[in-house]
Amino acid sequence: MENKQYILNRQLAQMLKGGVIMDVMTPDQAVIAEKAGACAVMALERIPADIRAAGGVSRMSDPKMIKEIQKAVSIPVMAKCRIGHFVEAQILEAIKIDYIDESEVLTPADDTYHIDKRKFKVPFVCGAKDLGEALRRINEGATMIRTKGEPGTGDVVQAVTHMRMMQQEMKRLMSMSEDELYNAAKELQVPYDLVMYVHENGKLPVVNFAAGGVATPADAALMMQLGAEGVFVGSGIFKSGDPAKRAAAIVKAVTNYQDSNILAEVSEDLGEAMVGINADEIALLMSERGK
Amino acid sequence: MKIGVLALQGAFIEHIKILENLNICAIEIRQKKDFTKELSGLIIPGGESTVIGKLLVELDLMDDIRTEISNGLPVLGTCAGMILLAKDIENDTKSHIGTMDISVIRNAFGRQYDSFNATADFNGTPIEMPFIRAPYVKSIGKNVDVLSVISNKIVAVKENNQLATAFHPELTDDNTVHKYFINMISN
Repeated sequence: MENKQYILNRQLAQMLKGGVIMDVMTPDQAVIAEKAGACAVMALERIPADIRAAGGVSRMSDPKMIKEIQKAVSIPVMAKCRIGHFVEAQILEAIKIDYIDESEVLTPADDTYHIDKRKFKVPFVCGAKDLGEALRRINEGATMIRTKGEPGTGDVVQAVTHMRMMQQEMKRLMSMSEDELYNAAKELQVPYDLVMYVHENGKLPVVNFAAGGVATPADAALMMQLGAEGVFVGSGIFKSGDPAKRAAAIVKAVTNYQDSNILAEVSEDLGEAMVGINADEIALLMSERGK
Repeated sequence: MKIGVLALQGAFIEHIKILENLNICAIEIRQKKDFTKELSGLIIPGGESTVIGKLLVELDLMDDIRTEISNGLPVLGTCAGMILLAKDIENDTKSHIGTMDISVIRNAFGRQYDSFNATADFNGTPIEMPFIRAPYVKSIGKNVDVLSVISNKIVAVKENNQLATAFHPELTDDNTVHKYFINMISN
């Protein structure tokens, strides 16, 4: 039974492919996101840019606020819990959240252990900045992976680095002979069967999205061309001048990420993008949390 | 035989892989110019019906697809695809393509927590059926045939050139539904 649920959870992520998952803070924003074509929303009290500005300890959102967003939209609703905070995850499961993001955007609750995600009936997405992290999270039960990027910055450089790193490492595994895979498993600190899967299929066994710093349709299409199967947009939408228009433009850019004419068309006249912070000028690197 | 697979959002690659295993040429439909007259059939995959429905309008594909289906183009819709084909969506204010004489309920079994896998008959053949935040058919028009029922709920239907399932045959190794659809095209 548990195995079947794991498969169903992996399959829900397959349904999200080619889509855009948007951070929202209120039911009104959730409705704007749904109407703009979001395939899911991430309910949180403060978007990463504000978390960064506010400082202090950042925790799971109020379940009441999440439930209001669940009521407001018909698409899947996700929410974040702190890394290692399995009780926050239990609470999110109790309100039947569709996906839990065990997220480095919140302050980690455990500096060694991630949540044993196989114990849960609801699915988990986790961030990763290289193949080892991705496979370790999958081994813990994550049924969807996203790049970590550097959330709340509007700077896509980290997401690009993480996606390229994962793709390079997967190509490296594919080109290895089978007797070299045992050592690769040791180096990556992951079970052999996961390494074997990547060697044979050239991809992760779960869906892989881009996240962190995506602010424009061009950023989203860039991540898709680099191999992402869909995109999370956090602060990029509701920190911009015209959220509804920008959100719809990013959705279209993800569907036709290879067509530069459509990309040019949807990039026009979007108003002000989020201001953004240069990812190498900041003191707190969220992507370094939870390896 | 060339079959178009609507590739705006969702699990379209899974359908393409099944078609390729059956030695059928699959064409991704991402925009208006991809939807050509040479297609023998169309598959509308699982995903989010709100997203696919919106993109169909924005990419100016909705009218072309509706017209071709009305003119007899064979179509298979799975999960979100069934919702897009339905003439009526009970818990939504508007329908999308709306060519199939059925009324459906979205997310009818509940949230992801309530998603499940079942084995039941499809037109008399037992197959595996993954239901993921799935709809079911509440009522059918007089020309609609019921092909699958689970717990007294209709989950697969056919109306002339249109076939729809509430579950995801593309997520299993069984290609019974796709073979049935290809037979529909051949006849």
